[in-house]
Amino acid sequence: MLHTVFFYLLAAILVVSAIAVTTSKNLFHAVLWLALALTGTAGVFLLLDAEFLAAVQLLLYAGGIITIVVFAIVVTERLVGERLTQTNMRIGGGALISVVMLGFLVRVILYRPLPFERPDMGGDLTEMLGMAVATRYVLPFELLALLMLAGMLGAIYFARPED
Amino acid sequence: MVGLQHYLILAAAIFSIGLFGVMTRRNTIGILLGIELMMNAVNINLVAFARYSGQAAGMVFTVFTICITVAEAALGLAIVILLFRVRKTVMADHLDLLKG
Repeated sequence: MLHTVFFYLLAAILVVSAIAVTTSKNLFHAVLWLALALTGTAGVFLLLDAEFLAAVQLLLYAGGIITIVVFAIVVTERLVGERLTQTNMRIGGGALISVVMLGFLVRVILYRPLPFERPDMGGDLTEMLGMAVATRYVLPFELLALLMLAGMLGAIYFARPED
Repeated sequence: MVGLQHYLILAAAIFSIGLFGVMTRRNTIGILLGIELMMNAVNINLVAFARYSGQAAGMVFTVFTICITVAEAALGLAIVILLFRVRKTVMADHLDLLKG
């Protein structure tokens, strides 16, 4: 019962903040709404018994991404003075496509028989996650390290000072 | 009682809102924010499927997608800063360098 209440509370927070991210006039406010949405997602992960993922979500998204997006806005925007409209002329078409997409997805989800009951995971999820990453999925994990290195090098190369 | 479909519908709603943002924002950083929302919806789907099927593999993939999203955001913002340096604007409809 408590689970249901928390789910609908988090769902309301997530949907409201997501709409605010896409519609708010000030880009800086949009980033703050995105921080709320990402924190709400961490709450959803907690509801799904994934404590480790909730911590990773908070550290990497709400901590890391929000910070670099704020830096990018500070570098590229004149926050005072300029009041350009933030949306383009395609707002009607965009809304139509999104609503059609949502309707289609909801239709498919409701059409399928999906489980209501959660099976017992048989142990601590964080421990199982660590075991899986270190044994069966160790190759993708190493590839991920390579990707992070490449991404870091690329970001440094793109943002290098002009010579 | 909250079942798998509730989580999937929540994720579908967030995905659609993110898609709306990607299609309607003029600012390149705003488009990136929409992409972040869509990635987030995918993560919710992966974790929900993992929990309701009783297998931890989906959560391993969520760890991977979170890391890939962070790399994508870092690179995307680096490109935005580079674009700003070259064109002095980050409005997507002014970035028509490839238009013939």
